Amino acid sequence: MIKLEHVSKAYSAGIPALNDINLEIEEGEFVFVVGDSGSGKSTLIKLLLKELEPTEGTIIVDGKKLNSIRRRHVPKFRRNLGVVFQDFRLLKDRNVYDNVAFAQRVIGASVRESRRKVPAMLSMVGLAAKYKSYPKQLSGGEQQRVAIARALVNQPKILLADEPTGNLDANNAWEIMKLLEEINARGTTVVVVTHNMEIVKAMNRRVITIQKGIIVSDEKGDGDED
Amino acid sequence: MRISSIGYTLKQGISNIWRNKMFSLASMATMSACIFLFGLFFAIVTNFQAMVKEAEAGVAVTVFFNEGITQGEIDRIGEEIGKRVEVSEYNFISAEEAWEEFKTEYFGDDAQAADGFKDDNPLANSASYEIYMNDISMQATLVDYLTSLEGVREVRQSETVANTLSDFNNLIGYISVGIILILLLVAVFLISNTVTTGIAVRKDEIGIMKLIGATDYFVRAPFVIEGVLIGVIGSALPLALLYFLYNKVVVYIGEKFGFLNTLMNFLPAKEVFETLVPVALILGVGIGFLGSKITIRKHLKV
Repeated sequence: MIKLEHVSKAYSAGIPALNDINLEIEEGEFVFVVGDSGSGKSTLIKLLLKELEPTEGTIIVDGKKLNSIRRRHVPKFRRNLGVVFQDFRLLKDRNVYDNVAFAQRVIGASVRESRRKVPAMLSMVGLAAKYKSYPKQLSGGEQQRVAIARALVNQPKILLADEPTGNLDANNAWEIMKLLEEINARGTTVVVVTHNMEIVKAMNRRVITIQKGIIVSDEKGDGDED
Repeated sequence: MRISSIGYTLKQGISNIWRNKMFSLASMATMSACIFLFGLFFAIVTNFQAMVKEAEAGVAVTVFFNEGITQGEIDRIGEEIGKRVEVSEYNFISAEEAWEEFKTEYFGDDAQAADGFKDDNPLANSASYEIYMNDISMQATLVDYLTSLEGVREVRQSETVANTLSDFNNLIGYISVGIILILLLVAVFLISNTVTTGIAVRKDEIGIMKLIGATDYFVRAPFVIEGVLIGVIGSALPLALLYFLYNKVVVYIGEKFGFLNTLMNFLPAKEVFETLVPVALILGVGIGFLGSKITIRKHLKV
């Protein structure tokens, strides 16, 4: 599903953010990417989204070689990926329903389709009752649920989560992780970048550790189904 | 593109305007000012040109014939003149008519003074064609042609009037083009500023759109709509105001400065606005479109 071959990324002449990364993630996997701040985790996410171009190497996502995707085809490519961020990135002037429906709008889905999918997605993340609330009326955990619903409403094959629990307390963090596991169980490949080691250990999944732009360990967890 | 997407884009464009009300208002106001000045200028120039045209139409070239020419030859010359493209109208004035006119003009009440000439017309050889032109700038060519005609003794023309009028017309043309260009640049600059602010305000939203997989078109369209809407409103308002003012001013000048009526004939509002309305609207929409398009290209690398 995701394959990186000898991928390096240098922002300027200095030390590379990622250095000769080789990595393969299978379809349906649940993977943690851990490491200190500045280790290159976020760069990895940006490369997968084709927000950044690698300085060297090849990246293949969902069978597509990112280097050869033309600029105008990038939007279509990104529709295969759902993204969740630490700071939720919700539209503050729109309610929960509209925030999720926005993702449908962007890909040109019909209103009828949205009316079917958005409520289903909201009930999956447990926010069906709050569809009229605005982001500022919600707790951090709830806001992140909205963000997850938005990331998933277009049914992407891969969900990328960049520090999804970074702004949440322990309880909410756990709730979000459970939700991500549930999503993974439905067949979506999930990649979670985090430095919440407590959760990583407890979840017992595959953990890729990056330090100073290099993969220092890649351990399969017992919780993995294969 | 789906109808719902078009509706959405339109709605977004409108809410963009609403979201940065102050900047949108400033843009519309400047746009209005530009279009207002343009319209004002346009109204003055068209009126002026109409007046110049009218003055031009009164400028005539007069052709006199050789002594002893027959009426048949004169008619033939008349036919030749009538064929020229420069000529809009030509009148034959016989020697008798010329004498009659001269008498009333110079002797007036003193009919006795004229009686001295009795039947001996002193202007016996002064039959002429009075020729009016379509365009006064063609006068020189016409005069050359007329002089070359056989049987023509003299061609009388008023070179100064002709040259002054056509120079004046050109001057007005250049000034209008200059002022209009400056106004357009100012307006494009302002719209561009408004859209830049809009983009800054919505940076997060644009970022999210891009990550979700919105096409460039989808991201850009609302901003273009915003620019075009500002253009439409910014040109419709001054047009309405101009229409109202134009009628008022024409009536006012007519009443207060009645003596000018012989000099200045204002065009009816309909005639001015027939051209002004579409031109101003196209200008407004064009400026809005261009201003936003240029800005998006510059600030929105999506």
